[in-house]
Amino acid sequence: MAILVIAEHDNKQLKTGTTNTIAAAAKLGADISVLVAGHQCAEAAAAAGKVPGVTKVLVADAAHYVVPLAENMAALVVSIADKFTHILAPATGFGKNFMPRVAALLDVAQISDISGIESADTFVRPIYAGNVLATVQSKDKIKVITVRITAFDPSTAAAGTAGSENVAVVADSGLTQFKGHELTKSARPELSAARVIVSGGRGMGSGENFKILEALADKLGAAVGASRAAVDSGFVTNDYQVGQTGKIVAPELYIAVGISGAIQHLAGMKDSKVIVAINKDAEAPIFSVANYWLVEDLFKAVPELTAAL
Amino acid sequence: MKVLVGVKRVVDPNVKVRVKADGSGVETANIKMAINPFCEIAVEQAVRMKEAGIVTEILVVTVGLPQCQETLRTAMAMGADRGILVETDVDVQPLAVAKVMKAIIAKENPQLVIMGKQAVDNDCNQTGQMVAALMGWPQATHISKVEPAGDHAEVTREVDGGLETLTIKLPAVVTADLRLNEPRYVTLPNIMKAKKKPLEVIKPDALGVDVTPRLTTLKVVEPAKRGSGVKLADVAELVNKLKNEAKVI
Repeated sequence: MAILVIAEHDNKQLKTGTTNTIAAAAKLGADISVLVAGHQCAEAAAAAGKVPGVTKVLVADAAHYVVPLAENMAALVVSIADKFTHILAPATGFGKNFMPRVAALLDVAQISDISGIESADTFVRPIYAGNVLATVQSKDKIKVITVRITAFDPSTAAAGTAGSENVAVVADSGLTQFKGHELTKSARPELSAARVIVSGGRGMGSGENFKILEALADKLGAAVGASRAAVDSGFVTNDYQVGQTGKIVAPELYIAVGISGAIQHLAGMKDSKVIVAINKDAEAPIFSVANYWLVEDLFKAVPELTAAL
Repeated sequence: MKVLVGVKRVVDPNVKVRVKADGSGVETANIKMAINPFCEIAVEQAVRMKEAGIVTEILVVTVGLPQCQETLRTAMAMGADRGILVETDVDVQPLAVAKVMKAIIAKENPQLVIMGKQAVDNDCNQTGQMVAALMGWPQATHISKVEPAGDHAEVTREVDGGLETLTIKLPAVVTADLRLNEPRYVTLPNIMKAKKKPLEVIKPDALGVDVTPRLTTLKVVEPAKRGSGVKLADVAELVNKLKNEAKVI
C-alpha cells in the first residue's frame, strides 16, 4: 500500500482540511506522500513536510498550477497515480472539483466524503443528507477518496521532517482559463475552520439584519454561516451556506439563529459539539438537535447575548 | 447550439428516508419521488438559454428504472424538447452514468452538457466531472452563471470563500449550483404538451456500456441520535450553561 494525499493550499499555507485528510490517510497505515501542486509554493511544501505522518512531499511547481484548475490537477494526479493504492483529497470545493475527474480517467469509482475507515477497502460515508450512513467496499485497484474533514481530527503528534522532491509537471490543458476570484473579505475565521459558528436563517428577515449576528460573532471570535433558506432569500451569498449541499461544519459551538432546522441544514451541522438554537417557534425542528434552546424573538435575544458576553 | 441535460430521479428531498429493516439499503417502495433539485436547476438553465435564442435544442437524458420516464416528462414540461431513458434496473453509480452519457454525447454532439452538481440521495457530486473527464472536455462545477459566446463560455463558480470566474472552451460540461436560477413551476398545459414530445428508451447494452456497480454497499444504518437538550428560560441562563456546563465560551 502507498497513499497519496493532494494538499489544498494557497501556495504559502496549507488549508486546514489538508491536515485532517492526512489524519484520515494515517488510519490506513501506510507511507503517505503529499502532492503540493502550485506556483512558487515552497512555503506550502515545507508546511506539508511538517505534518505528522507524512513520509514524502511531492512538489509540482508551475505557473499554470497557481490556481487548481480541475483539468490540470486531474492530469497531474493521474500522471503519478500508478505508484499509489489510495488517493485522498479533502471533500471541500477543492477536492470535489477535480477528484471525480481523476477517478474517471483511472476508470475507478470515487468514494465521496468518507466519514470513517473500516479497512483498506471499506469506508463509511453519509448519504441522504447524513440521515443514513452507508458502509461501502471498493475492489478497484486504486481507491480515489474525498474526506469529510470534520470527521477526522488532525494529529497532535510532534511535527514531522519529511523530505521533498519535484515531480514532472504536465503541460497546461489549455481548455480552461482562470479569469479571477471574487472572495468574500472577512476578518472572521473561515467557516470550515472556525471553533465557533453563528448561523442565521430565514427568521433573520433580511441581509441587513445579519449585522446583529456579526456583532455576536465578533464577540465570540466566530464565523458567520447561514441556512439555505437565508441564501435562497438573498440575505447572504452562497459561500455562507451550511448544509447538505453547502459546507459541512462541526465546530465546538454552533449557534443557530432563526433557523427552523430543515434536514438539509441539519446535515451540515449536527456533528457540532454544542448546538444552541434561538427561535421564536417552539416547534422548530432545530430544537431536536440542540443542546440548549431559547424560545425567544431573536431580535431581542441575540443583542442580549452579545451584551452579556 | 444543442444542449444535453442529465437528470436523476431521487427520493423527494422533503421525505424523511428510512433504512430497510435488513440494513441493505434505503426504503424507496411507495415513497414520493422527484427530479433531483439540482437537475431541475440544470433543466431550467437550458430552457432559459433556449428562450434567449442561444440554444436550439434541449435533449434530456436519464439512466434508471422505467419510472424515470416521469422525470424526463417533468423536464420536457419545463421546456426540454426530447428525452432519452437508458433503462436498467441496476443501481447505477456515477462512473457508469458518465459512460452512458459519453456514448450518447458521441451520437448527439451537444455543445454543452448541463447537470446538477450533486444528487441529494447519494450525495456523490461526481457525475458531471466524470463526463468531462471521459470526453476530455473542460468542466465548470458549482456554477452560478454561464454565458456562452462563440467557441467558449464565461462561467462563474461558487467556491469556498466566494466566486471564481473562468473561460472554458466549448464543448464543455457545467454543473449547476443553487443560485444559477430559480426553476419554474410546470403548468398543466405544458404537462399535456410534454406527453407528446419524443421519448426514446434504450438499454445500456445497445450503447456498449457496462453499468455494473464498482462499489458494493455492505450495510446502511441510521446515525446515532444526539442526546436530548434542554429548553432554557433566558439569555442569562444560556450564558451560564455555555460557560459552566458546556465550557465552550
